[in-house]
Amino acid sequence: MEVELRGITKRFGAVVANSDVNLTIRPGEILGLLGENGAGKTTLMNILSGLYRADEGDILIDGETTQFNGPKGAITAGIGMVHQHFMLVPVFTVAENVVLGIEPTGAFDRLDIAAARRQVRSISAQYGLEVDPDAVIEEIPVGLQQRVEIIKVLFRSADVIVFDEPTAVLAPQEVTEFFGIIRSLRDAGKALVFITHKLHEVLEVADSISVLRAGQIVGEGDPKTATDAELAEMMVGRPVRFVVEKEHAKVGGPVMEVRGLTVVNERDEIAVDNVTFDVREGEVVGIAGVQGNGQTELVEALTGLRTPISGTVSYRGDDVTRASARQRHRRGIAHIPEDRQRSGVIGTFNIAENMVLDTYYDDRYSSGVSLRWPDIYESTAKIVNDFDVRTSSVFSLANHLSGGNQQKLVVARELSRDIKMIIASQPTRGVDVGSIEYIHQQIIKSRDDGDGVLIVSTELDEIMGLSDRILVMYRGRVVAEFEGHKASVQDIGLAMAGAGAAA
Amino acid sequence: MTTNEKIDGMTSELLKRAVVTRFDIEEIVVVPIFAVIIALFLGALTMLATGVDLATIGRSFASLLAGSVGSVNALSETLTAAAPLTLAGLGIALGFRAGLFNIGAEGQLLIGGMAAVVVGFAFEGLPFLIHLPLALIAGMLAGALWASIAGWLRAATGAHEVITTIMLNLISFRLVDYLLRNPPIQRPGRSDPISRSVLESAELPKLLDWMDVNLRVHAGILVTLAVVFFVYWLLFRTTIGFEFRAAGANPDAARYAGMRSGLIIVTVMAVAGALAGLAGANQVLGVLGRASPGFSAGIGFDAIAVALLGRGHPFGVLLAGLLFGALEAGGRQMQVGAGVSIDLITIIQALIVVFIAAPMLVRTLFPWAFEKKSGREGK
Repeated sequence: MEVELRGITKRFGAVVANSDVNLTIRPGEILGLLGENGAGKTTLMNILSGLYRADEGDILIDGETTQFNGPKGAITAGIGMVHQHFMLVPVFTVAENVVLGIEPTGAFDRLDIAAARRQVRSISAQYGLEVDPDAVIEEIPVGLQQRVEIIKVLFRSADVIVFDEPTAVLAPQEVTEFFGIIRSLRDAGKALVFITHKLHEVLEVADSISVLRAGQIVGEGDPKTATDAELAEMMVGRPVRFVVEKEHAKVGGPVMEVRGLTVVNERDEIAVDNVTFDVREGEVVGIAGVQGNGQTELVEALTGLRTPISGTVSYRGDDVTRASARQRHRRGIAHIPEDRQRSGVIGTFNIAENMVLDTYYDDRYSSGVSLRWPDIYESTAKIVNDFDVRTSSVFSLANHLSGGNQQKLVVARELSRDIKMIIASQPTRGVDVGSIEYIHQQIIKSRDDGDGVLIVSTELDEIMGLSDRILVMYRGRVVAEFEGHKASVQDIGLAMAGAGAAA
Repeated sequence: MTTNEKIDGMTSELLKRAVVTRFDIEEIVVVPIFAVIIALFLGALTMLATGVDLATIGRSFASLLAGSVGSVNALSETLTAAAPLTLAGLGIALGFRAGLFNIGAEGQLLIGGMAAVVVGFAFEGLPFLIHLPLALIAGMLAGALWASIAGWLRAATGAHEVITTIMLNLISFRLVDYLLRNPPIQRPGRSDPISRSVLESAELPKLLDWMDVNLRVHAGILVTLAVVFFVYWLLFRTTIGFEFRAAGANPDAARYAGMRSGLIIVTVMAVAGALAGLAGANQVLGVLGRASPGFSAGIGFDAIAVALLGRGHPFGVLLAGLLFGALEAGGRQMQVGAGVSIDLITIIQALIVVFIAAPMLVRTLFPWAFEKKSGREGK
C-alpha cells in the first residue's frame, strides 16, 4: 500500500504547522522523517493517522484520494502509529493489551483470550518479535513494551506504520534489536515512517530521508550519500557543530566527594549500591548507563531530594549528606532535572515565575515575605537574553515554549545563579539539535570557569562528547571508569549492558 | 547603537506584558455570565415542570431581583449573606491554588464560630476595641487549628484531605452539639442547646442602623473586603503565596526547587481554616449573637461553589460571593413574594456551578458569543 501526502497545509490559528507538504510512503521502504522539535513532524503524522484534518491538500492511498473520519478511519485504512509514549495498560498481559478495543469474542460475548494469545504468538513469530503473550506489561522491559505496541498495530492489520521517536526510550542494544525488527517489517512489504531527530539512526536504517523544518519539507536525502552535517544543516537551517569544542580540562581540588553511597527507591529496593566517586573543579564527570540503573536515585540523593541509607556526600569539604535541597541550592549546587515537564518547569507559570522558582526567597528578589516583581521581571529579561531563550515576553507561559526552549529556561535558571557545581540529568533529552549545541557549550563554559560538573545521560554520544571522565552505572553500581578521550563506544556499551568489563 | 543599548532595547521588549487575549476574557467574563443566564432559564423550566404558571414564574424572578438589589434593605441582606460565603470561599480557593481540596470549611466555620462565641461572652468589661478583635482572632485560630489537623494528617501520613476534612466536619457537628448542651457554654436556665449571648463589646457593629434599625448589614463586610485584598497580596505578592501556587501547579517542580511540601500543606490548610473560622466568627458576632446547632447553615459547602465560580481568584471569589449572597437574599423574598420554595435557589446555584465547571458546554450552547476556536483545543 502506497500513501501519498499531497500539498498538506495545517494551521492552528495564526500558526502554520504544516505548509504544502508532499511526502510519499512506499511499501517495502523505510522513510526517515527528520526534524527538530516543533518542526511539524507530529502534526503531519497526526493528520496521517486521522487525528487532525488538513486545511488543504489530500491524502492518497494507492493513488485514490481518501478522507479519514477520525483515527478509526485511518486504522481501517491500514495506517497504524506507534507513539513515543506507550499506550498500554500496565497490569494487563501482552495479549490483553493487544486485543484491547477489538477483543475476539466467543459465544455470549465471552472474551476469547485463547484466540488472542494464539494470534499474538503467530504475529510475534512471523516478524521475529519474541514476545510472550502472557507476560504482564509492567514486568517487561521498555524494549519489549515497544514490541507490544508494534504487535498491536500489526494485529489491526496495518500496512503503513508510523514510529514516533521510537528510540528515545531504548538502550543501545535495544536500538540495534529495534532496527532488526523494522528491517524485517520492511522486508515483509510494510511501508514504514521513522520519525526522529537523531541523524545517525536515520542514516543507518532509512531507505530515503525527508527533512522537515518550520512546517515545510526543506530537503530530501539519500542515506547512502548524505552526511550528518548536511542533514543537520537542513534541519536547523545553519551549519551545526557536532563535536563539543573544549580545551583540555584544568582540574582542581574535589568539589563533591561521594563515599559508599547507598540509596533505596520507593519500593525499598537498593537502587544505588555503595557508590564512591569524586567530582573535581573544572572537570565533567559523565555517568553512562541504561535508564533505570540507579541514576535517578543517585541524582536525587546528591541534590537532597532523597535521603541515602548509608554513605556520605561532601561538598567543598562539608558533609551535606542530610542537607535539604534548598540548603544545597544556596551553597551553589545547580540541578538540571531529568524530566523538565514533570519537575523542571511549571507549565502554567510564566517565564519570570519559572526563572525564580528556586531563588525567589533570595535577597535579590524579595524583602521579607514580599516579592519584588519588578526586579524579578528585569532580571529574567536579562537572563533570557543571555541564555538565548526564544520568547517574546517574560510574561509568556512556560507551556507555550518549545521543548528546547523550556530546557534552555531550566539551564538558564540553574547556571545564572552563583554556582560551584552542576548536576545535570539528561540535559538535552527531547531537545532540538540547535539547542543541544548551545546547552553543551554552556556546560563546558561552566567547567572552564572551574565548576565541577556531573552529567547523567543515557545518550552515549552526549556522555562521550562532554565528559573528561566516564563512570558506567549498572544495577546501582559503578561498574567501570574510563578516561573521556580514551573510551570507546564498544567498551562503554558493554559495561552498560553489565558485561562486567571493569577497566 | 551600542551593544549595551541594543540589549537594553531587547530587554524592554521582553518586559512588555502580553495582551489579554480574547480567549482569556471569554473564560473569565463571558462564560460565567452565560452560566448564570442558563441556570436562571433552567430554573424557570423547573418551575414550569412542577406546575407553576408563567405569571408566578415572572413574579418570582421579579421578587428575586427586588429582594437582592431592589432596595437598601435588599442590598443590606445581600451583603450580609455574601460576607461569610466570600470569607470561607477565599479559604477554599486558596486550597485549590495549592492543589488541596478542602471540604472542611463547614466544620472549620463551626469551630471558629464557637471559639468566637466563647470569647464573646466570657470577657466582661473589655473595651470594644480589644474585645471584638480578640473574638475574631479566636475564631480564626480555632478554625486554623481544626483545619491543620487535616493538613498535618496529609503531610505526615498521606491521608487524603477530602476524606479527613469530611470526617472532621462530622466530628465538629457533634462536638458543637455537645458543647451547646453543657456549661459553661450553654445559656443558664435553658435545657435546649443554645449558647450564652455574645456581649455587645464583641459584636460586629451594624453599619446602617442609623437609617433603619432593621438593616442587618454589619462591619463583617468591611472585614471581608480587607481579607480579599489580603489574600490577593498573599497569593501573588509574597514568597508564601508563590510556594502555595507552585505546589498546587506542579508539586514535583516545587519539591525540586527546594520547597517543603509538608510545611506548605499544613500552612495552606491553616490559612484556609482561619478564613473559614473568620466566616464563623462573622456569623456569630455580626448576625446571630449566639451559637445554636447547625448555625453554619451550609455556608461552608456553598463556599465550595463560590470558590469554583470565582475561579480560585480572590476578586473572582468576591464577585461570586456577592452573587450567591444576592441569590440567597432574593430567594427569601421570592418565597415570600411569589410563594416559590427557596429550594429553587439551591437548584439555580448548583446549575451555575455545573455550567462554570464545563466551559465547553457553554461554548457549544452559545457559539455566537465566542470566537471560533483556534488550534488551542486541538492540541
